[in-house]
Amino acid sequence: MKTIMTGNEAVARGAYEGGLVFASAYPGTPSTEILENIVNYKDDIYCEWAPNEKVAMEAAIGASVAGVRSMAAMKHVGVNVAADPLFTFAYTGVTGGCVLVSADDPGMHSSQNEQDNRNYAAAARVLMLEPSDSQESKDFMRLGLELSEIFDTPVLLRMTTRVCHSKGLVELGDRVEMPVIPYEKNIKKFVATPANGKVMRKNLVQRLKAMEAYANTAEINKPEYNGDEIGIITSGVSYQYAREVFGDEVSYLKLGMTFPMPMDLIKQFAGKVKKIYVIEEMDPYIENHLKMAGIQFIGKEVIPEYDELNPDIVRKAVFGEREEGIKVSQEAVVRPPTLCAGCPHRGFFYALSKKKNVMITGDIGCYTLGSAPPLSAIDTCFCMGGSISSGHGAAQALRKTGNHDLKVVSVIGDSTFFHSGINSLMDVVYNKGCNTSVILDNRITGMTGHQQNPGTGYTLMGEGTEEVDIPKLCQAIGMKEENIYIVNPNKLDEVNKALDEAMAKDEPTVIITKWPCILKKFSPQDKKEFDLSPKKCSINQDKCKKCKLCVGVGCPAIHSGDNIEIDKVSCTGCAVCKQVCPFNAIEEV
Amino acid sequence: MSEVKNILLVGVGGQGTILASKILSEGLVEAGYDVKMSEIHGMSQRGGNVSTQIRYGKKVYSPIVGKGEADVIVAFEKMEALRWIEYLRKDGKMVINDFEIPSVPILMGQAEYPQGILEELSENVAVLVIKAAEIAENLGNSKAMNIVLLGALVKAMNVEGVDWKKAIQNNVKKGFEELNLKAFDTGYNL
Repeated sequence: MKTIMTGNEAVARGAYEGGLVFASAYPGTPSTEILENIVNYKDDIYCEWAPNEKVAMEAAIGASVAGVRSMAAMKHVGVNVAADPLFTFAYTGVTGGCVLVSADDPGMHSSQNEQDNRNYAAAARVLMLEPSDSQESKDFMRLGLELSEIFDTPVLLRMTTRVCHSKGLVELGDRVEMPVIPYEKNIKKFVATPANGKVMRKNLVQRLKAMEAYANTAEINKPEYNGDEIGIITSGVSYQYAREVFGDEVSYLKLGMTFPMPMDLIKQFAGKVKKIYVIEEMDPYIENHLKMAGIQFIGKEVIPEYDELNPDIVRKAVFGEREEGIKVSQEAVVRPPTLCAGCPHRGFFYALSKKKNVMITGDIGCYTLGSAPPLSAIDTCFCMGGSISSGHGAAQALRKTGNHDLKVVSVIGDSTFFHSGINSLMDVVYNKGCNTSVILDNRITGMTGHQQNPGTGYTLMGEGTEEVDIPKLCQAIGMKEENIYIVNPNKLDEVNKALDEAMAKDEPTVIITKWPCILKKFSPQDKKEFDLSPKKCSINQDKCKKCKLCVGVGCPAIHSGDNIEIDKVSCTGCAVCKQVCPFNAIEEV
Repeated sequence: MSEVKNILLVGVGGQGTILASKILSEGLVEAGYDVKMSEIHGMSQRGGNVSTQIRYGKKVYSPIVGKGEADVIVAFEKMEALRWIEYLRKDGKMVINDFEIPSVPILMGQAEYPQGILEELSENVAVLVIKAAEIAENLGNSKAMNIVLLGALVKAMNVEGVDWKKAIQNNVKKGFEELNLKAFDTGYNL
């Protein structure tokens, strides 16, 4: 039976068919839907959201050692977090097959960088597969679990946004039930002390030779000969773009397994064509292997090393021509993403943006949008969990150099706080820092589309569970009770008071803003704890002096035209605008 | 590659473009085409634009369409028609919903919503303008706007052998099948 699936749905299906028993992930675009689809197979696969990618990887490693097939999934930057266990796992090898899915984001559709994680496979020396569409996403996931056991290695399944989020036809198969491999204590294999590690490293080198021999004959490394003039070497979605542009007129070497690289096969292919193009997205990864083998080709001198590829770019790079679209005189106004109407972060950021002499260190999540005008309330953003620790460094540097006027406020979401922000807060408290850490608790992981996290009280598989009590957790790591403020972010006076008090102290302080994301499905606890009854705000035009202070809160429900109006459909009645109006022109209706 | 047809659905988050694309691609799959569909939604729930590209034919490689290659574009929002016009073939067709959703710079009074979009686009290409919101509201629910537009799109695609009724029934919420079938027919017969 054929059905249409995204690459992510297909990876989940491949895991199911391949007899997977354990899956763990931290949500991140474009990888999130993999686990959201694995949960459909929860009768056969145990699955969970982990607090971060390192934990997800380590849990998958444990499941593998215990004898079942397992996987961890994450976005490209998540692999940076998980890299520590990955590199040693490459030494030890597996028991049950284990696949790490890295979903890379060329073009940075929703990421802070566009790193090419094919480099991780080469650096960690793990087998890598690169699917180019949905069918291959399913097939390669399944194959990855098998190859992992055959070669005793973790396998990196490298996806990209365009493969994750595009749909194509997929032929479904049945699940293979894999017997659990009985657990045997094996200290020499799984305890990576230096003495054992030296042996493991030798084994790893041997294993690589076996894997390369396989790569040279693997069906997924496929030459398609159509004449000897032009040959194209490519992998992943770039193959699809190349096929689109060159059609059946040229020869292709489509690489499905790109670490270890099938060098014999590549040399053979190169010997049969007169001119070679290497068409690959992002880094010169395949290209560097060809250079080392002394093969002549055309690659990154015409194919860009940045941004997402597409057929237009490939066509222009190779033929110097481009399909011209229709041109008109006007341009569409940009549609930048913004904090939603009723977003609980808006009130907090509005109050924070009015404070003078403050450096605001930010983090990864919806609230990164607090950096956009008119709020402009974030000064830095590096990586997940980095706001509190980079804020700590800044605050200590300012203190050391005698600048006591500039205060540091660090902002982080609930899920991100559990991800790695908690470590940073330990650093602040233990080392007697002085930045104000704000935990923006909107009761869910917002940016990626509402995944549960340790603060929400539910598991991925839908069971109720113990939720982390954030104020108590802060106390447990040494934060003084009187330095913890809990506020409703929609109430500007509460936020202002907490900010003023916290920023005035020369010791670690925490502000927890607590209000549910306006788009989430409210849990019974949410309904009990918060007043979520439907409300609207409206502008009394007789009282409105058009001062536009309400427009300055940046709410997409407030429309500034001849009159300033609030859109009835999108307004949620958070009343942040009402609190900034000096003429009491905004009324709750 | 001329036998591959390229369709773009463009709009703003929350307008139901994804559901319409899903019905479209499932209908085409059932009819035996190879289909690829690509979604681009840059944080669409937070006010961004959203687009889906559907390619169908005997064998489809790239999941995305190049500039000047779309056979039909349906714009769920007027300014999005302007944003995507470059992707239309010179002899392509455009279905435009006469419906405005101002973006944040416009809401804040920093930019003007472009004027005369329909007139300018009509001068350049074959344009069908639809007041889909009004039509859907008259049918009983303004949310069915997306299916009215889907009906008009399918007519413009001129594709045969697809059981659209089944694709709609399989994908819309229970209890709304009849409304959506009516919306589709109305859009198709405009």
